Amino acid sequence: MNRTYELMFIVRPDMVDEDLDKLIANLESTVTSAAGTVKNVDRMGKRRLAYTVRKFREGVYILMTIEGTGTVIHELERRLRVTEQVIKFLTVRIDEEQKRLEKIKKLRDAKKKVSAQPAPAAEEAPAVEPPAAETPATA
Amino acid sequence: MTDETKAAAPVSERPSRPPGDGPRSGGDRPRFGSGGGGGRSGPGGPPREGGRKFFRRKKVCKFCTEKIADINYKDYRLLGQFVAESGKIVPRRLTGVCSPHQHRLASAIKQARNIALLPFAGRAS
Repeated sequence: MNRTYELMFIVRPDMVDEDLDKLIANLESTVTSAAGTVKNVDRMGKRRLAYTVRKFREGVYILMTIEGTGTVIHELERRLRVTEQVIKFLTVRIDEEQKRLEKIKKLRDAKKKVSAQPAPAAEEAPAVEPPAAETPATA
Repeated sequence: MTDETKAAAPVSERPSRPPGDGPRSGGDRPRFGSGGGGGRSGPGGPPREGGRKFFRRKKVCKFCTEKIADINYKDYRLLGQFVAESGKIVPRRLTGVCSPHQHRLASAIKQARNIALLPFAGRAS
């Protein structure tokens, strides 16, 4: 069962870039060795934290998109917990949300096409159509 | 006859009211009385509009009107609009967010708190 996860973690702000590269490469190899794939790595940069975490007031945010099973995440989280430089992390499953968003997008596109077509087609239709087009839009 | 007595009755009532309230309601009501003089349904018809002292704008769900389908924990600026100064999630009755969206909003805010994008309590330091 392959699922898509989003892993966001914060590393301490005084970390050197090379160390960060090494850390990310390490995590990627962990994922691939557990039969998962890393789809994207996004370094969001340094940001002020909303509250102090391990006496740090700011941290470097990194976002990874991972595809794989639960065991991949299990191993990854274990590693993150052990890693000293990582001060906080959050894993969120996103495949179901993505599916939902695609569905909504498809629905909206279909509605746009429907509302665009009958307008020039018939003269009688517009009188009936506006309320019909409005009600699904609000729903 | 009945119309005259009705028009006269509110006028006689007015002086007994406190002076602070009087001028305001006095300014509004005669208009209704004169406008509805032709038919009795006039004052009875729009009681909601006339009876209400101050007009309350109807609150609408921001996510429905702006068609924001994705409520994500990373979008802390958007979520911040629904967090009070104290860090609390603002209730639906104050913001007007609809129930399904409030549900997603609440979970997104909680996720954002977990990763230090939003504060648990108080302002973001």
